[in-house]
Amino acid sequence: MKLLRELLFPAVAVLSAFLVGGVFVLAIGDSPIETYRLLIGSALWWPDGIGYTLFLATPLIFTGLAVAVAFQAGLLNIGAEGQLYVAAFAAAWVGITLAAWPPVVLIPLCMLAAIAAGASWAAIPGVLKARFGSHEVINTIMMNFIAVALVSYFTQYHYRTPGDPIMETAPIGANAHIPRLGRFITGFPERIPVNVAFLLALAACAFVYVLLWHTRWGYELRATGSNPSAAEYGGISIRKQIVVAMAISGGLAGCVGINEVMGYRHLYYDGFSDNYGFTGIAVALLGRNHPVGVLCAAFLFAILSRGGIPVDAFTQHVTKDIVQILQATIILFVAAEGFFRGAFKKFGWSR
Amino acid sequence: MRDLFTAQLVWSTIRLSTPLILAGLGGLFSERSGVINIALEGMMLAGAFTAASVTYAAGNPWLGLLAGAAAGLAIAGIHAVACIRYKANQVVTGTAINILMIGVPGFLSGALFLSSGSTPQIAKEHLLPWTPIVMAFAAVPISWYTLYRTPFGLRLRSVGENPEAADAAGVNVAKVRYSGVLLSGILAGIGGAYLSIGQSSLFTRNMTSGRGFIALAALIFGKWRPVQTMLACLFFGFTEAVTIQMQGVVKLPSGEDIPVQFIQMVPYVLTIIVLAGFIGHSRPPSALGRAYEKER
Repeated sequence: MKLLRELLFPAVAVLSAFLVGGVFVLAIGDSPIETYRLLIGSALWWPDGIGYTLFLATPLIFTGLAVAVAFQAGLLNIGAEGQLYVAAFAAAWVGITLAAWPPVVLIPLCMLAAIAAGASWAAIPGVLKARFGSHEVINTIMMNFIAVALVSYFTQYHYRTPGDPIMETAPIGANAHIPRLGRFITGFPERIPVNVAFLLALAACAFVYVLLWHTRWGYELRATGSNPSAAEYGGISIRKQIVVAMAISGGLAGCVGINEVMGYRHLYYDGFSDNYGFTGIAVALLGRNHPVGVLCAAFLFAILSRGGIPVDAFTQHVTKDIVQILQATIILFVAAEGFFRGAFKKFGWSR
Repeated sequence: MRDLFTAQLVWSTIRLSTPLILAGLGGLFSERSGVINIALEGMMLAGAFTAASVTYAAGNPWLGLLAGAAAGLAIAGIHAVACIRYKANQVVTGTAINILMIGVPGFLSGALFLSSGSTPQIAKEHLLPWTPIVMAFAAVPISWYTLYRTPFGLRLRSVGENPEAADAAGVNVAKVRYSGVLLSGILAGIGGAYLSIGQSSLFTRNMTSGRGFIALAALIFGKWRPVQTMLACLFFGFTEAVTIQMQGVVKLPSGEDIPVQFIQMVPYVLTIIVLAGFIGHSRPPSALGRAYEKER
């Protein structure tokens, strides 16, 4: 019953968002049913659809977990976007510089570089909050812009192949590539870019679950989030918790770089992120800051972004912008859940 | 190098600061009432798209400007209802509005103008290159006066500093906060309108490109006060003007371009430094608010 109630609000929020999106579609003279049939059908039942959906879910699982871990500690990490940029570049940098090293060493090293870069970038606002009390929301927003500018500078001036008009680095060494899942599963075409990073994302969900709910440290982190003064009184160092929580959050966001650079493009492409960091906020919120919820929510948002492409192509007027409208409406409804709580109470469905 | 510091640079600084000042003052009214507004970016985009569409369709920029302000107001209405009525997390709601406003202009322009993300070109005689600049610089003293010399300003600040005390004194906290957030939507909407029907002659996808966040940075850098916020906006506008003027003109001794990325970072780095208290601590001026209350 408790689980049912947990599921009720997110489900109602998603359905309401689809209703609002339907009104938008109707308003410009297209059919909502046809639009949603294309959107969901292409992501789930079309050939290759599910593979691409899993590929698109991978970064969202990482950023969703990142936001969720910070949130459990009472912090709002708006900076996953910047953290994943820095991390992706770090992975590419190691992959280019140490290209000749054997895969056994190079692959873990590239992964570590991404995680460490994301963690350090997130730790800065953590330290600033712990040491000076400056708000992590503002600092993570500012760090996003600094990250984008910094990485774009290195790409443009130091790591671009001379003569390449595109803002991208030289390719990483083949020893740093991680395989696509198609290589292991028969009948699963290798052209689909979903790769080992997806398995890593599933492992990250398990890691976060065990860490937060089955270790002493996770208990302290959640205590910091739910009642900081009581936690402090109980002998927990709030300042330390803030910095460590931000670092773990940033490390998780940094794993997006593993999927992007080592598993997919095999180079750093400037501006690659499709708002993964910000969508991660929606994923965490819809997933109730729990790893299982994050997994489901990431899958839903991946369906939306996969389905946006055929909607763009095969409807009269609807563009893939409908995806952003649906995402934003879902966040608004989940955030303002009092809206539904009031209505439910009126009908006697909820306490 | 000397050629850089010309009348053109001053003019360009004023033009580039205008949308920042309007949005920054908008953020001021919202945040002084106690509602975090990271949705300035989305409100500007709403204003920019609506102003360009209406100006194109009606052939009248005044109508366009009004529509832009109304669009900002409408988006602010969503933020206000979610944050005040339903007590949603203000940062999360702001993020949702920013995502929404990436989508809505593209969605509507696809249907209205059969183009993904931009509006048709507006004729030159239908643009408003001056009015929003005048409005922005006039809004600074008006905001100062409103904030510090009117009963509404006092209520706004008291609600932002200590809503319990304000409530006990008979102030309708929700009403004052609604006014603050809605005002911020109008100002940010006008700031966005200036981008599409003042500075340029059409709306393009994501044309604010982070200006809402720079305005937010200026607000913090300006310590949540109108005149200081304007000065911060002028400074950030100046860095942008320098970036544009330098491109291809000024070179390093080695003959290479100076990387613009480092100048682009300046507002954000400064904001972090100021917020941490390294140069002149920036905090919401709580003491100032309370002193006013006592004097009354």
